[in-house]
Amino acid sequence: MREHPKSRHHTGLATHLWRAVLAVFGVAVLSACSGEQNALDPAGPYAQAPHDLILIVIGIAAVVLVFVQGLIIFSVVKFRTRKDDDGSLPKQVHGNTRLEILWTIIPAVILAVIAAPTVQLVFETMDEPDEEFMTVHVIGHRWWFEYYYPDYDIYTANEFAIPAGTPVRLEMRSGDPGRAQDQAVIHSFWVPRLAGKQDMLPNHTTYLNIEADEPGRYIGQCAEYCGLSHANMRARVEALSAADFASWVESQQAAAVLPAAGTPEGQGRELFHDLGDRKACASCHQVWEGDGQRRAAVGPDLTHLMSRQEFLGAIEDLDEATLRQWLQDPDSLKPMQYESNGIGMPNLNLTEGELDALVAYLLTLR
Amino acid sequence: MATAEKTRYSGRPSAQTGFTAWLTTTDHKKIGVMYFFTVLAFFFFGGVEAGFVRWQLSQAELSVLSPEMYNQFFTMHGITMVFLVVMPLSAAFFNYLIPLMIGSRDVAFPRLNAYSYWLYLFGGILLYSSFFLGGAPNSSWVAYPPLSTDAIANMSFYVVGLAVLGVSSLAAAVNFIVTILNMRAPGMTFMRMPVFVWMSLVTNFLLLFALPIITVALFMLGADTVLGAQFFEPATGGDPMLYQHLFWLFGHPEVYIMILPAMGIVSEILPVGSRKPLFGYAAVVFAGAAIGFIGFGVWAHHMFTTAMGPVARSAFGLVTMFIAVPTGIKIFNWVFTMWGGKLRFTTPMLFSIGFVSMFTIGGLSGVMHAIVPHNAQQHDTYFVVAHFHYVLFGGALFGLIAGIYYWFPKVTGKMMSESLGKMHFWTWLVGFNLTFGPMHMSGLLGQPRRTAVLPGELGSTVELYNLLSTVGYLILFASALVFLFNLIKSIKSGTPSGNDPWDARTLEWMTDSPTPHVNFYSIPTVTHRDEFWHRKYAEDDAGQAIKVPAGAAEEHDVATHADEHIHMPDPSYWPLVHSLGYIPVGYGMVFANPWLLGVGALWLVIGLYGWINEPVAEGDDDEPVGSETSHAGSVTS
Amino acid sequence: MTTAVETSMGIDHRKLGIWVFLGSEFLFFGGFIATYLLYVTTTASGPGVEIFDIPFTSISSFVLLMSSLTMVLAHYAHTQGDLRRMRIWILATAGQGMVFLGGQVYEFTVFVREGLTLTTSPFGSSFFVLTGFHGIHVFVGILLLLSLYAFTLTGKVKPNQDVKTELIGLYWHFVDIIWVVIFAVVYLIPEIQVAG
Repeated sequence: MREHPKSRHHTGLATHLWRAVLAVFGVAVLSACSGEQNALDPAGPYAQAPHDLILIVIGIAAVVLVFVQGLIIFSVVKFRTRKDDDGSLPKQVHGNTRLEILWTIIPAVILAVIAAPTVQLVFETMDEPDEEFMTVHVIGHRWWFEYYYPDYDIYTANEFAIPAGTPVRLEMRSGDPGRAQDQAVIHSFWVPRLAGKQDMLPNHTTYLNIEADEPGRYIGQCAEYCGLSHANMRARVEALSAADFASWVESQQAAAVLPAAGTPEGQGRELFHDLGDRKACASCHQVWEGDGQRRAAVGPDLTHLMSRQEFLGAIEDLDEATLRQWLQDPDSLKPMQYESNGIGMPNLNLTEGELDALVAYLLTLR
Repeated sequence: MATAEKTRYSGRPSAQTGFTAWLTTTDHKKIGVMYFFTVLAFFFFGGVEAGFVRWQLSQAELSVLSPEMYNQFFTMHGITMVFLVVMPLSAAFFNYLIPLMIGSRDVAFPRLNAYSYWLYLFGGILLYSSFFLGGAPNSSWVAYPPLSTDAIANMSFYVVGLAVLGVSSLAAAVNFIVTILNMRAPGMTFMRMPVFVWMSLVTNFLLLFALPIITVALFMLGADTVLGAQFFEPATGGDPMLYQHLFWLFGHPEVYIMILPAMGIVSEILPVGSRKPLFGYAAVVFAGAAIGFIGFGVWAHHMFTTAMGPVARSAFGLVTMFIAVPTGIKIFNWVFTMWGGKLRFTTPMLFSIGFVSMFTIGGLSGVMHAIVPHNAQQHDTYFVVAHFHYVLFGGALFGLIAGIYYWFPKVTGKMMSESLGKMHFWTWLVGFNLTFGPMHMSGLLGQPRRTAVLPGELGSTVELYNLLSTVGYLILFASALVFLFNLIKSIKSGTPSGNDPWDARTLEWMTDSPTPHVNFYSIPTVTHRDEFWHRKYAEDDAGQAIKVPAGAAEEHDVATHADEHIHMPDPSYWPLVHSLGYIPVGYGMVFANPWLLGVGALWLVIGLYGWINEPVAEGDDDEPVGSETSHAGSVTS
Repeated sequence: MTTAVETSMGIDHRKLGIWVFLGSEFLFFGGFIATYLLYVTTTASGPGVEIFDIPFTSISSFVLLMSSLTMVLAHYAHTQGDLRRMRIWILATAGQGMVFLGGQVYEFTVFVREGLTLTTSPFGSSFFVLTGFHGIHVFVGILLLLSLYAFTLTGKVKPNQDVKTELIGLYWHFVDIIWVVIFAVVYLIPEIQVAG
């Protein structure tokens, strides 16, 4: 089990309300920290506005809930058959038109009241941001998110950086018809503290606005069932200050540094491009060395692999030992369907020597 | 009546007891009982699947099952509970009760009724056989393409299994609609029908109009998977949204298909348990019909996070909010049925009150889903899982279990144990809330559905809520064992119930318990809503009820109908023989094997000709055209 | 008995059952027609609506429509107890159905030769599945008609049981009406749009 030292100790109003609601039903309510992937702890305007609206609705719902359950409990206690009952029947009441009208109109009015801000907010959250915004393309694959910055020509995977305090409009789709291996299925991008989820579908482009008020790392995951490793498809948003973001962009735009020939790293680079009769890494992954256009590849772009904290759909911390295990036996870390369905990372049956060289090379990709 | 030809159809079964009698029965009561026990078996399977899901999620990063198996288990859990448990359990009640409640001797098409049951059984077996034939469907019960058209998803079993179950439900829907419209006892006008019959009528109309839509979606899915059609293939321009629209155009009415029968059951039990008539009968009936009607206009609220624009999202959000209005009407009428009554807390009454209470919670979280901008936070998380379990478990299942306790004496002539029943209720209530209550929280704290592991990064709170859910599951499992024990014990040695153990209101209790083969020795003439109650009690203008002294129940009818010819459908092999043909056809479609398909098609045709050639009842073949001499004899010509 | 009227629809169970069932069938075809409309231009650079031979399909559609007329005549003959004439009209109806089916099979083979198959494009899939399911309905109708014919010979269907002819007639008319819709929506309207 992995530890998450960064889990925040933050309890929102809604959490309190929900605990109160649940307490009514005797559900054990425990005070504990809320996780990072917490929809009740918004960290930007696109999560905040729906959150504020739902708090009002939760409040109304709680009142209705207490009222109805109160009526039920009251009826049960008050109108139980008593021990000294004479066996006669109660008064036979068949209905009451005035009451019927009352409990038709009152709920309708309540709903009309919450309907208006709901509709308004639908448009507000879906329309293009009014201020200046940045666009990032998000492409869902089985089972990882790919990100592309059209303004900067940067490809990255699993985690991506945004400037804090600036709206970012995600332009999203699933798969890529050009990639035979990765038949597109539906995914859903969800980083709850920044915004609600938005599905990514083949043959449709969908949009999602996100914005982080403060720098920080925001976590999320794919929220539309997408097959075998659906649970292992996580998303990470690194919100940076304007200066940090600028230097991040600069480092990501750079080409990979070529290792010296003859060193283990250089040997690893050769293996990356040629594994004999086995599939070469480069047939699916890109390490851009400065010539030609950067392009989308089948697997994650590895040009600046080691600039990322996590990998494998962001389920594992990126370090030498894990990287080595991954190359040796991918299925032991993340279930794949390469053999049966051509999806994911194959087991390349690397020798110890090849492993050493490849890992050494990958570690140079900063 | 032209009954001249009395020649017996050769080889026709006639047994009323024993194994053959069950295989060949056309008696709606026996068919209802068969539905019930088959449901118990599938409920066990679906429950075990849920158990593995809960085990896997009891701790973060736990791996009890491989992801492949986990995905198969949660998919089959959903399919099982929806199509093989809740729907057919409602069908068990339709079968047993509709003819009795409307004062009829059977359904309109008794052999078609048997056929519906056999198709249900074979459809279920076909689905479950997938575990032994290369793996069960693993693409979730909604089966969204393009994921589901991948051969590795094993969805051809889903497509064929659901198509067979669809035929079963469609035949049943036609049957019950015609039965209710055409076979009511004299005087049983629409506004005198028990609410359960009303809700059954609405439900079966929903089935009638929703099933063809899922059938279209399934055929397209199957054509893509097996024949290489391009309906949902992104490469040639296929649109995955189309499937979702079709699926939910069926899927949302399906929700009401599952809940309305339970609402009907509760509307029968609450008045009996409160010793008062149902508050606002007309309002409850019309609210039910309104729910059924609006239920066809809200499907896209399952799709708020897909590629739908803000206009569609807003429109479906609004309609969804307003379906809460008729639902609220029902809840208030149920509460006011109890108001001012003298409540008797028998087990069926407890489950009915539990239904109203739990369903209210599910209804309110449903309104929260309609808040479209925040739906994007709730959608496909455990918050949704909590919501629909409050509606379908806390709602539908509580109502249906209430019905089991309530009508058990009707079927067996014995009472179920009240002490065990109460133990069942309280453990069930606690276990249910412990299982699904915390899911509201874990969902809002970021736990998505359908993940084969509980991610550790969600934090210790989410992990704790999941552990609580798993503990709740164990309580539910133990509670289900109490119920099973009670059921078996009561069938064997329950105390005799007499004919009217609850001081009930509706026609089914007017005849003997257990119900005699002919249902009613003579068909009653109905003059009131709650006819049976009005034969036992008189009510003055002030609403005070006085017991009518004489056991006035049936005697006067016997006099008027003394010469009535009781005319019951005979048993038949043909529904079973014909429906067996669906097995080779089904596997032929799953494995795209033309030989199996051919054999099956021939089998179906032969079965059908045997069926057509055999009269419903002996000597029944040459009925004069246009007469209403139904088997029920409800209308004398 | 006066109450009888209030508690039944006054229609034979089987007839009511067929009406109810056909209500369901309308939505079945509605689903496929909607799918077709969505995909009418999604041809994946394969053949589109221009492939249709309107004059040919008009003739076979006319034949199918005329079969509704003979179906009515068959039912009328049956109500008169005239099984001999009823059998002739039944055969005529089934024969016209077969002509229509033959036309459909011919049309399908032409389309396949010209490169439009079930697997060509969403347009091809939705065209073949929609019209194919209609063809299956016609085929089932022909089986029903021929069975009815055979049963009048074995004595299973008697001169006074014209409701049995009426039931099959209801189904047959439904299949015809659906074809009118399909012909208009699938063949004519897109063709006019393309031409216009």
